[in-house]
Amino acid sequence: MTNDEIKTKVLAALAAVAPELEPGELAPGANLRDELDIDSMDALNFLVGLSQAFGIDIPEADYRKLSTLEAIVGYVAARVG
Amino acid sequence: MAEFLLPKLGADMSRGRLVEWVKKPGERIARGEVIAVIETDKANVEVEAFASGTLERVLVEPGDEWLPVGTPLAVIGAAAGTAAAPRAAEQPAPRPEAAPAAQGRARATEAPPKLPPATAAPSPTNAPASRALTPPAPPIAEGARLRVSPVARRRAAELGVDLAALPGTGPHGRIVLADVEAAARAAVEERQPERPAPAAPLTAAEQAQEKRARVRAAIAAAMARAKREIPHYYLGTTIDLTRALAWLAAYNAERPVAERMLYGVLLLKAVAAALREHPELNGFWREGRAELADAVHLGVAISLRGGGLVAPALHDADKLALPELMRRLQDLVTRARAGSLRSSEMTDATVTVTSLGERGVEAVYGVIYPPQLALVGFGKVVTRPWVADGRVAPREVVTATLSADHRASDGHRGALFLDALDRLLQEPESL
Repeated sequence: MTNDEIKTKVLAALAAVAPELEPGELAPGANLRDELDIDSMDALNFLVGLSQAFGIDIPEADYRKLSTLEAIVGYVAARVG
Repeated sequence: MAEFLLPKLGADMSRGRLVEWVKKPGERIARGEVIAVIETDKANVEVEAFASGTLERVLVEPGDEWLPVGTPLAVIGAAAGTAAAPRAAEQPAPRPEAAPAAQGRARATEAPPKLPPATAAPSPTNAPASRALTPPAPPIAEGARLRVSPVARRRAAELGVDLAALPGTGPHGRIVLADVEAAARAAVEERQPERPAPAAPLTAAEQAQEKRARVRAAIAAAMARAKREIPHYYLGTTIDLTRALAWLAAYNAERPVAERMLYGVLLLKAVAAALREHPELNGFWREGRAELADAVHLGVAISLRGGGLVAPALHDADKLALPELMRRLQDLVTRARAGSLRSSEMTDATVTVTSLGERGVEAVYGVIYPPQLALVGFGKVVTRPWVADGRVAPREVVTATLSADHRASDGHRGALFLDALDRLLQEPESL
């Protein structure tokens, strides 16, 4: 899976919790929680979406690593090959 | 035969817009089924039927017009085998999915039950004639206990009818359902000339702006009323969450993402359990006295993505196991933000819980949502030096606050509640 394919799926999971998201306006390094006003329930639902979309488990200890779109794409890429 | 009136889905609702009929004329309706979707100033709400019957005809079509609370929307016929039974109409209907014993006093949006023949569904024009069948009771002195049937009391709360100003036509001047509904219809008629003319179509940006303004206006009305009428008192305490968070981390570590819990669920369950111990904080202030609720329905403050907030009810939170409470919270938040709450969720909350900790706030001293008796707030979980057993150690702590109605409880009771909350959170495995 290419990084672009991963990014597309990540954005789809994000859009499920933040429907007003304009993908083109989201800077790769922007903090998602601040940028999209995501709370802990949104964050959990997003992680559930990611887990299902890519078939991976995401330990709680890794949550802090997933603060930006860029970081998430890298994290997923490392797990799905 | 009875009219289905636009219900009042919360203290901050004065009007609504019919979005959709879920049921069509001629269709049978089971109690608890969604009959229509109503847009309030804050959200779209799926309105549930109070009694079984048949949707005989609709009086209002979906559209852009804002209608006052109490506007007749449809005519509901009796279900086969449930002919009018005046006494039965006085009985509370069970909320779907819950045992009768688990009901709170507030009721969901309800299609009116069958009425006694002498007062059945009076139209605005024949309402006075119906009343004339029974001489009106003398005005009730201020402070005197009103004679009101339970179903009439609930309906009055839904429709925003002031019972104190209502003459009762039932036995011994008792206020019955028909009195309340006639008063609601009369109020609607009085307001008719004030209905605004249809406006020109708005752009998407204007619609969003208008929506935000309506949300703020609805919140403003409820909060101004709360601050005007409720003598609040405020208490706060710092609770050590270290043990609870460690327990939760171990719980989550064994489960996939979809089965994990948020720490907020522990807080909610602890609040519900503490309210069981201190019921003076759980219920409503109505007609000059506290009405304590039989069930604990937590109103969970949920911020909406477009601005504003709603506080729909998590029913029977004290009776739910933590995983089920988490599942229901997840569902409630998702539906609140998608605009698909149900009417019972909008009206049943017996107390409100709010948390602003995620945005860095350390303590919340909230405004009570009328007619509730209390609001519980939580701030941010922070690491603090903490003295335990004569040693200073870093602990994860949260500030819990209580805003309560001083008419219904005193600070001592509130302090006992916060103490119980602290104790319960030290034993997360028992929640």
